[in-house]
Amino acid sequence: MSRPEHLAPPEIFYNETEAKKYTQNSRIIEIQEQMSERAIELLLLPEDKQSLILDIGCGSGLSGGVLDENGHYWVGMDISTAMLDVALEREVEGDLLLADMGEGCPFKAGAFDGAISISALQWLCNADKSHHKPVQRLYKFFSTLYACLSRSARAVLQFYPENGEQMELVTTQAMKAGFYGGVVVDYPNSTKAKKFFLVLMTGGNMPLPKGLGTEGESSGIDYSRREKIKRQRGKPLKSRREWILEKKERRRRQGKEVRPDSKYTGRKRSGRF
Amino acid sequence: MKLLTHNMLTSKCVKGVNVGYPLTINASDVRVADVDFNPDFISRLIPKIDWPVLYNAAESLGHVEDLPKETPVNYENNEEFLKKAHRALLEVEVVHGELVCPESGRKFPINNGIPNMLLNEDEV
Repeated sequence: MSRPEHLAPPEIFYNETEAKKYTQNSRIIEIQEQMSERAIELLLLPEDKQSLILDIGCGSGLSGGVLDENGHYWVGMDISTAMLDVALEREVEGDLLLADMGEGCPFKAGAFDGAISISALQWLCNADKSHHKPVQRLYKFFSTLYACLSRSARAVLQFYPENGEQMELVTTQAMKAGFYGGVVVDYPNSTKAKKFFLVLMTGGNMPLPKGLGTEGESSGIDYSRREKIKRQRGKPLKSRREWILEKKERRRRQGKEVRPDSKYTGRKRSGRF
Repeated sequence: MKLLTHNMLTSKCVKGVNVGYPLTINASDVRVADVDFNPDFISRLIPKIDWPVLYNAAESLGHVEDLPKETPVNYENNEEFLKKAHRALLEVEVVHGELVCPESGRKFPINNGIPNMLLNEDEV
């Protein structure tokens, strides 16, 4: 699938038709909200307290809606007027700003208790105009973001890196700007559910949280065992209880919905049925 | 744009501007909206707010009412003061107008309550 950032710059790509999808397409809405939930969870905000959050690339305010549900007050910035118009239509709670993240966050020092960004950062890795230099724009963004966060605040940025180099480029610039932290990967075993969260911390280095769906070692079947099973008589390989349990475990790691294991797992139905 | 956002906003991203704070507001349309009052949130916001800037901004919009010039001591328990601060910070909104950078005089238009902070090529 082609990546939207290869098609046009964000202020042109997110036109009225594209913006409309963010109010009508329930799948887009659901994914955006799930990612916002997770980003807020990774922010580790003090519980039961209303915080002031910066939403970078707020778009139509879907992530803002999740912030509202969690009882936080937010200020959003986005480069697309069409998306901001949709946000106005939806009468979002937060305050909106038309700004380009690559030109820096235009806020005074220590203004926010945290920052989130959903699917926006990858746009910075492209040079859409002749005077755009991705490395400089990334550094400007991260350094001004660092300045406008309060002490010990965090920034969680969900993004779609195109390749390993892009991920390294982004992380290097963030570290250069003074942040600690790194990338948390949720569901690394699944192509579809895999999500990258850049977790940035301002007040000292802390251990990174674990990504979802990473528990346990990845276990593949080694060939000698497979051969041995093949040679054995009886049930075919794929209807054996061990194989089914292994497959269910694999699907669970990919974040898919799997029926719980029971004593009936892998058994035949009785003839009475 | 609410005055809370104005209190945080600077024009330091413009090339050659060092502080860019506070931005002057030239408002042509101001609205007062109802927002839920959360005394705890407001009292934690106060230390972050540049109070004289907020006072001057409210004054320039003609919505100063009886906002005190300085924050009183023990404002955490002063609900009357917190309500006034809440009104100035979150309920007064600039719908149309412009923001002016104090150093360069660059103007940022505000349309439908959204300030346009986009810069030109030569300002980055």
